Amino acid sequence: MKSRAKGKGKGKGKGKGKGHALTENNLIFAHPASLRDVENHYCAGCGHGIVHRLICEAVDEFGIREKTIGVAPVGCAVLAYDYWDFDVTEAAHGRTPAVATGIKRVRPDNIVFTYQGDGDLAAIGTAEIIHTANRGENITVIFVNNGVYGMTGGQMAPTTLAGQKTATTIYGRSLKRDGYPIKILEMLAVLPGAKYLERVAVNSAHEVLRAKRAIKNAFKMQIDNKGFSMVEVLSMCPTYWEMTSIQAAKRINDEVATFYPLGVIKSC
Amino acid sequence: MCGNEACGEGAILAGCTFYAGYPITPQNELTAYIAKRMLETGGVFIQAESELAAINMVFGASVAGARAMTSSSSPGISLKQEGISYLAACELPCVIVNMQRGGPGLGNIAPSQADYFQAVKGGGHGDYKLIVFAPSSAQELLEFTYLAFELADKYRNPTFILGDGLLGQMMEPVQIRYTNDDIRTTKKEWALTGCKGRKPNVIKSLLLGEGELERHNQKLQEKYSSIKKIEQRAEAFYIKDSDIVVTAYGSVARIARSAMKKARAKGIRVGMIRPITLWPFPDRLFKETADRTEKFLVVEMSAGQMVEDVKLAVGGRTDVEFYGRMGGAIPTEEEILEKIESII
Repeated sequence: MKSRAKGKGKGKGKGKGKGHALTENNLIFAHPASLRDVENHYCAGCGHGIVHRLICEAVDEFGIREKTIGVAPVGCAVLAYDYWDFDVTEAAHGRTPAVATGIKRVRPDNIVFTYQGDGDLAAIGTAEIIHTANRGENITVIFVNNGVYGMTGGQMAPTTLAGQKTATTIYGRSLKRDGYPIKILEMLAVLPGAKYLERVAVNSAHEVLRAKRAIKNAFKMQIDNKGFSMVEVLSMCPTYWEMTSIQAAKRINDEVATFYPLGVIKSC
Repeated sequence: MCGNEACGEGAILAGCTFYAGYPITPQNELTAYIAKRMLETGGVFIQAESELAAINMVFGASVAGARAMTSSSSPGISLKQEGISYLAACELPCVIVNMQRGGPGLGNIAPSQADYFQAVKGGGHGDYKLIVFAPSSAQELLEFTYLAFELADKYRNPTFILGDGLLGQMMEPVQIRYTNDDIRTTKKEWALTGCKGRKPNVIKSLLLGEGELERHNQKLQEKYSSIKKIEQRAEAFYIKDSDIVVTAYGSVARIARSAMKKARAKGIRVGMIRPITLWPFPDRLFKETADRTEKFLVVEMSAGQMVEDVKLAVGGRTDVEFYGRMGGAIPTEEEILEKIESII
């Protein structure tokens, strides 16, 4: 992590006999310039760090760091502005897309994205996400779905699966008492304003690569002024799933992705 | 034009380029007017899905450096309180308009002044203050809205226009004395514009470090103290020659002024103070006046809210009487005159 790649390695490694020197041409892995080289506060095995990084990679690869404005949520990712090295504002819980709407309408040339958890987006902010998508706001939403309220101690989220044990469903989520888990992307897909909706996961190297592709696609939609784009990322919360990191990653395949199907839900 | 329209025009003249709101009576003329004017001036108008979304869109627009505004009436203003607290905490300028209606609850759509406490004491969670203007005519709705944008930017603080349904819907002639060249803009180096050529900006109110939040609060309180010193505004009539000083703001001030004139015609030495800023409350003027007069009579369209600030300002040096009507009822000249005669 210490060897942070500095933007341009101009002139370096050109001399003969220095075949192993790091150059722009042979560099295959580096710390994204937009991701601050600091320790993060996330639990072991949590997916937030991966998603933060993927966003930064996308921002760097599009060369848009200097025009990106992030809107951080209330939830586990509330401190996202400590990790991203571009302009970021906080937003009240769930109002994240409304704040992003205000910013983007004032500054249509900037790239504006929200980063939201399942409580923020699928519970308290349900109205905002639906209407922001429906207005076709040209913003990008990164929705991290781990099925629990992590910040407040592992309570049931709207996306918690049937039977899943949480702090507020100690015998498991009862569909009769607690209602059904919400598939937000499928709900939003019926709205003409929503242009790009994809669900990905970050529980394996393969899925992380797919997730990065989806996040880049979503940002590209905004860069091309095509309208509302959103990526739902199925992520692990080993702490409140009461699992090891490996078990949590496996649970995404075995239980979560079987209910929330991965792939492009809508693209137009 | 009606008061609501005058308020909207004041915003446009002040260079407001962003408005988000949600329909509610009795401020709908403002939303409709500003929707039309934003189309004409190239600004942004969004009819939001809720009051919550509207105030948070204003938060976003302010974050991005725009002069931004929202308006509503009492129940809708209650919904905006969380957002207003965030705006104050993040020191984001914006203008919020409340054309008050009868409450509590859904109440009615008649004029009221029962949201005074909510406006001047903060309203949402946490220790914060808004600069609160109390216009009493369509002309003042235009001028105070204009001024509210200037002060919001100057102090990096939300400002508030506390009107009522009567002022909002009343038609009056309005003179426009500003041009676009008059707009005094402040450079907003804190705004989020993309970090080109500078370090990234962060706007937040979450302060978890040891003592960090208390220090932030102290900084806010210092700002509020300086506003309190500089921005107190009020209008006074006959206060050097009165046994009783009637106090009222907004639309009630107009009725009270007529009552004062009638009382003086009858030979009763009545003066009047009309607070123009409700926060900062013009307490210096009240303190000075308290030493000269026998009594204050506070008249409000509420169960008695501003009267508490008058009592605090005069500090027990004179009696403070109260007359109020509630639930959308408007005090009449005769009622006020009768009250004056009964306490003189």
